[in-house]
Amino acid sequence: MTNVALDIALVLALVLGVASLGTSRLGAAIRYFSMQAACVAMVPLLIETRSGELSVHAWILFVATMVLKVSGVPYFLNRSLREASVRTEIEPLIGFGTTLAIGAGLVALSFGLARQLPLPQKPASDLLIPIAFSLLMIGLLLIVSRTKAVTQVVGYLIMENGIFLFGLILIDVFPYLIEIGVLLDLFVAVFVMGIVIFHINRAFDHIDSHQLDSLKD
Amino acid sequence: MRTALHLAILLLFPPLLPGVINRVKAAFAGRRGPPVLQLYFDLWKLLRKGAVYSVTTTWIFRAGPVVTLAALLVAALLLPFGGGLPAPAAFPGDVVLFAYLLGAGRFATVLAALDTGSSFEGMGASREVTFAALAEPALFLSIAGLALARGTLSWTAMLSGQMPAWHLYGPAFAMLIGALILVALAENSRIPFDDPNTHLELTMVHEVMVLDHSGPDFALILYGASIKLFLLGAIIVRLAFPFEASIRAHVALFLAGMIVFAVVVGLVESTFARLRMNRIPQILIAASVFAALAMAVILIRVNA
Repeated sequence: MTNVALDIALVLALVLGVASLGTSRLGAAIRYFSMQAACVAMVPLLIETRSGELSVHAWILFVATMVLKVSGVPYFLNRSLREASVRTEIEPLIGFGTTLAIGAGLVALSFGLARQLPLPQKPASDLLIPIAFSLLMIGLLLIVSRTKAVTQVVGYLIMENGIFLFGLILIDVFPYLIEIGVLLDLFVAVFVMGIVIFHINRAFDHIDSHQLDSLKD
Repeated sequence: MRTALHLAILLLFPPLLPGVINRVKAAFAGRRGPPVLQLYFDLWKLLRKGAVYSVTTTWIFRAGPVVTLAALLVAALLLPFGGGLPAPAAFPGDVVLFAYLLGAGRFATVLAALDTGSSFEGMGASREVTFAALAEPALFLSIAGLALARGTLSWTAMLSGQMPAWHLYGPAFAMLIGALILVALAENSRIPFDDPNTHLELTMVHEVMVLDHSGPDFALILYGASIKLFLLGAIIVRLAFPFEASIRAHVALFLAGMIVFAVVVGLVESTFARLRMNRIPQILIAASVFAALAMAVILIRVNA
């Protein structure tokens, strides 16, 4: 039995991840992430709907994700974008078309990999694991192929969405432990990165992390 | 009977689509626009005119429009129209023949353009081929996704009869439709990729290649262009309306679906700006990526 709403949320998350690989506008990348986080936030609810009743736990998770990832983090990122006054990724290390093609390859790899994986229990949807892996890969690709710190943070956050999805396999077994860990981790990471971006900007007048490569004495 | 209806729709219906598109665009711009049947009048007018041939051209130039139209018509014979009208010819692997007949038609047009010896037409030919080469992976990946979902390599088996349930492949089919719409817009040089109305040297793609054709030749080219739009639209419409119905309802649904398709194309043309030339490959790659994602999702389900 498949769950159509769950499928749509998962595939939409994947499509938004791929879309963030193809855009050159930092604002658009943040918006895609925010929408993706909304899709991902629905997943625990949709998984529980299938089994019948909605637990308080799933609701807490949904609300926490909505507050933190869908509105909090994008607000924070947009603010650092304004402060650093950057709009677009001007010269990525790998071109946008090429990144998209590599991204498609990585997604294919994730789908292949997910089938080989022995799992303790059957996940709620057969798309859950492949898409979790795909988001990890897409996030990683975004981090290594872009030069602006904001895009790299978005890459990290997309990876984080992937980890969140992956953690949902164990939602029945360790509900609180995993989720609190995941959300706290995210909060701290964005906090630190925001400070880093701010300071790069203060010190060097821009947020091109590549300039840090040539810091020598 | 069904074959006769298939042929009648194929031969008579396509020129209506550009008329609908132009009407939608005109409505958006606040104009009345040309009559919906304008392309029929244009074709009739052009067919009665004589053709002018440049002395540098050879038989290749004269063969170009004929071969293009012939290739498209043969391709149309492989495609079912909606759920009720199976293709007159169907065999395993006709999807590949279909894709290459589209390619052969384009090849003939490009050769005719090169045959004029004009560097301007050569430039148009070069652009057309570049974009077509990028649109082809998207088309093939979409076909492959469909073939996987239906377990067959024939258009008729793929698109007619009971479509697979949307609750199994829904998101994948939505992505396939998206990729195919992008392919259809690119292949037919519609707006985000090329402007069918432009006559500005720097930006023309498809229109450049047919500048030297006149009279009946140009009529064949316009007719062929409308058939190409119709063919790619037919695939999309059947995917988007996978309902079961009686044959009469199927035909009505199909024709209504094609009008909806034309309206959607018109809406896209009215609301989107033309892409910068160097952005086009990126969008076509994105279409391929969408088709590939759809295929991955279908693969997971097929083997489950």
